[in-house]
Amino acid sequence: MLTDRPEPRKRLLRLRLNGRWREDAVAESELLVDYLRDVARLTGVKTGCDGGECGACAVLIDGEAMPACITLAVRCEGRSIETIEGLVEQGRPSRLQRAFHEKLGTQCGFCTPGMIVASEALLRKTPRPSDQEIRAALSGNICRCTGYVKIIESVRTAAEAAP
Amino acid sequence: MTAVQKGNGKLGRPGVPLIDGIDKVTGRARYTADLEHDDALVGRIFRSSVSHGEIIRLDVSKARALEGVIAVVTGEDCPHTYGVLPVAMNEYPLARERVRYRGEPVAAVAAIDAETAERALALIEFEVRELPAYYTSEDARAPGAVLLHEKKSGNLEREVHHEFGDLRAGFAAADLVREQRIHCAEVNHAQIEPHACLAEYDSLSGRLTVQSVSQVGYYLHLMLSRCLEMDTSRIRVIKPFIGGGFGARVEVLNFEIVTALLARAAGGKVLMRLTREENFLTHRARPQTDIKLKLGMRRDGKITVCECEVVQRGGAYAGYGIVTILYAGALLQGIYDIPALKYDGYRVYANLPPCGAMRGHGSVNTRHAFECVLDRMARELGLDPFAVRRANLLHAPMRTLNGLTVNSYGLGECLEKVERASGWRERIGKLPRGKGLGMACSHYVSGAAKPIHWTGEPHAVVNVRLDFDGGVTALTGAADIGQGSSTMVAIAVAETLGVALERIRVVAGDSAVTPKDNGAYSSRITFMVGNAAIDAAKKLKTMLVEAAARKLEANPADIECVGETFQVHPGGQSSLPFAEVVKVALAERGPITVSGTFTCPEESQGGKHRGGAVGSTMGFSYAAQVVEVSVDEATGVVNVDKVWTALDCGHAINPLAVEGQIEGSTWMGMGQALSEETHYLDGLPAHASLLEYHVPTIVESPPIEVHIVESHDPYGPFGAKEASEGALAGFPPALVNAVANAIGIDLDELPVTPDRVVEALVERRRQQRLAATRRAAS
Repeated sequence: MLTDRPEPRKRLLRLRLNGRWREDAVAESELLVDYLRDVARLTGVKTGCDGGECGACAVLIDGEAMPACITLAVRCEGRSIETIEGLVEQGRPSRLQRAFHEKLGTQCGFCTPGMIVASEALLRKTPRPSDQEIRAALSGNICRCTGYVKIIESVRTAAEAAP
Repeated sequence: MTAVQKGNGKLGRPGVPLIDGIDKVTGRARYTADLEHDDALVGRIFRSSVSHGEIIRLDVSKARALEGVIAVVTGEDCPHTYGVLPVAMNEYPLARERVRYRGEPVAAVAAIDAETAERALALIEFEVRELPAYYTSEDARAPGAVLLHEKKSGNLEREVHHEFGDLRAGFAAADLVREQRIHCAEVNHAQIEPHACLAEYDSLSGRLTVQSVSQVGYYLHLMLSRCLEMDTSRIRVIKPFIGGGFGARVEVLNFEIVTALLARAAGGKVLMRLTREENFLTHRARPQTDIKLKLGMRRDGKITVCECEVVQRGGAYAGYGIVTILYAGALLQGIYDIPALKYDGYRVYANLPPCGAMRGHGSVNTRHAFECVLDRMARELGLDPFAVRRANLLHAPMRTLNGLTVNSYGLGECLEKVERASGWRERIGKLPRGKGLGMACSHYVSGAAKPIHWTGEPHAVVNVRLDFDGGVTALTGAADIGQGSSTMVAIAVAETLGVALERIRVVAGDSAVTPKDNGAYSSRITFMVGNAAIDAAKKLKTMLVEAAARKLEANPADIECVGETFQVHPGGQSSLPFAEVVKVALAERGPITVSGTFTCPEESQGGKHRGGAVGSTMGFSYAAQVVEVSVDEATGVVNVDKVWTALDCGHAINPLAVEGQIEGSTWMGMGQALSEETHYLDGLPAHASLLEYHVPTIVESPPIEVHIVESHDPYGPFGAKEASEGALAGFPPALVNAVANAIGIDLDELPVTPDRVVEALVERRRQQRLAATRRAAS
């Protein structure tokens, strides 16, 4: 059976991804999470739910933590996107990444990229957050392994490690 | 982190980060859906829209004809059942003749992209003659109910009737007898990584490679062979990173076999990613449970007798059901001294997604009932909850009435730790209204002592390799699903060899490379695989010491290892660095591979009665916890302010990981206690998203203070036992007991949602008004 499916309308998308400008033709309906995973090959961005429920896909859009699974890629025109991969500088994990590793803020690791990205957004704005501020900032990120205790500890440790 | 040389299990203190942790925090870790799949087809499953019925017509011709559809499979393509228990394989990967729950897989397509696959599903024609569907245990068991499975009268998958000790004497000795009904809602694992499977079939070589989220790669291997009628040697199962399990993946799941069927039909590679909704449909979690518990107690708190009836609504297929209903009874024991016990268990089929194993498998709901009733009776007798537990402690080593061996027992110390840490004695009874403290105990097995598939092989095998590079590679089939089992293996090997942890590499979960392992279930890995790793490392160490002795012209008995240096004792004038010893050892025989094994002896495998092996283990973990709550009597909202958990893990091989496991399991118990429950509307899950299924967020999650107790198990690796499950079951009863302490209301239903609390408060007010009216009238 042949189908007469219309080709999706595509647009040239220019954005800054983990510090580098790039251009890709993307469908107007394409979600940011699919663009990042399938086109840019950044599979650190995870999908844990059917849309906006779990926070595993969090990325920074102009420094703001946003769920990539309910963001259209074309809405990111001209903007700066940072993913978990982009937080590594010259092969060195960021202080949050180190703290999550050393303090066991990660167990299975699936929620971890989203957790770290959301924490990064917090620490950039609030370098010395209270526990309550940490809780508020991570309230959209579900972890099923840790009970969050060591996640809070990791964020606190990273904040204290700040220069 | 460097190793401590002597085999005293001190390596890792205060703990080492996970050996694969950096991959996780940098986003490098590849989970199934992250694997290279550019050339893969997209798999999708067509599911039944009715709860129960006979399939009259299934026409996939239009789907098959759609451009871009490469393969379509149905029940016709697999005439074999599958299942985790050899005695209860009653499920087809794709339904044949009959569907038994809404969402049951019926057909599947593989297409060039997701959109085409979705369109193909919409073209499948499916007609069913509906049968009556049952959504409660009661309806399914009612006389005249249509049977879901032949020969399973009353829709009972399994009935268990166990009796131990002298019940009559037990009741006669009791000063107080109380009976209570407790209801626990069904819950789900909700592991954060959704199910996924990548299968590749090479038509030319006839080989199948499957990468999946499984906790039990070996069982998956067996079931792929059975369902696809393929020789096991042509199948390879690889475990990528896995985003949590909690039991969701301890049995082979339909989508895994379906993906392989599609890959073979398409002659290529298929990636299947289930939605979160489909994860809830796949289910296999803790069943809705109705418990009737009757306890006899002496005035001093000593338990004299226990009678317990458990009804589990198991869903449409067998899965682990028989084991779950057996665990529920067996694990009433092994924690307290109970001189007489009667257990009646009923596992019921219903037209809902099948239940299975979930963290604390089988033990959680009965433990909840038991600890609640214990508390209520203590109150009636004017006894402190801690005193009642202490009046019933066991003394290891011992054997329970149902044949379970208790080799080490740190529950007494757990009680002391949380009693002191929570300030229980100073605070209990003195908190303001609306604030309360509650406590409870729990335990769990460190590996089922009898494997599910009995083959006669050792219960665990680890291979350790040493080659020219001086790297030591531990090969294990054990599935690290985030709990840190690969790190545990690395520590066990490094510790035993006396070398730096960085020298150890762990390769896990690839059937082409690693020795078979039964899987990540029943908290067996630390105990069994840990022991096997130590055994392998000891054998390698013997070889290295012999090599060093030859080179140094000394007696092997005089060789001492200091760090990575082998020297002659005493004095150590002549010595060899590790690299030199490796050269000598390899010169003789080339690269070395040694195998270490572990097997639970027969006397640890439980009672001789039917089902007596379930619950048996070499070592029980024990836990006690105190929960502090605030209850808002206007809204019914229960807030957990703080939790203190102590767990006896025998010995903490990696204290950091042990803490993480205790925190995680305590917290998961909180989810079940407070907010998690499934809810079906005529078989349609109304909870099938992470918005509707209420996993606690970071906002309502309390600080958890962990205390590790080490009872030094005589058989555990370095004395260790499990640490991942034991604490879970204590939370729900500790919470319910804390709510009773706060507002004087005993809740008989889980979870303790605001509506249930408010309902209980309204009921109490009604009762008080009635009593007042009666008093006024008389």
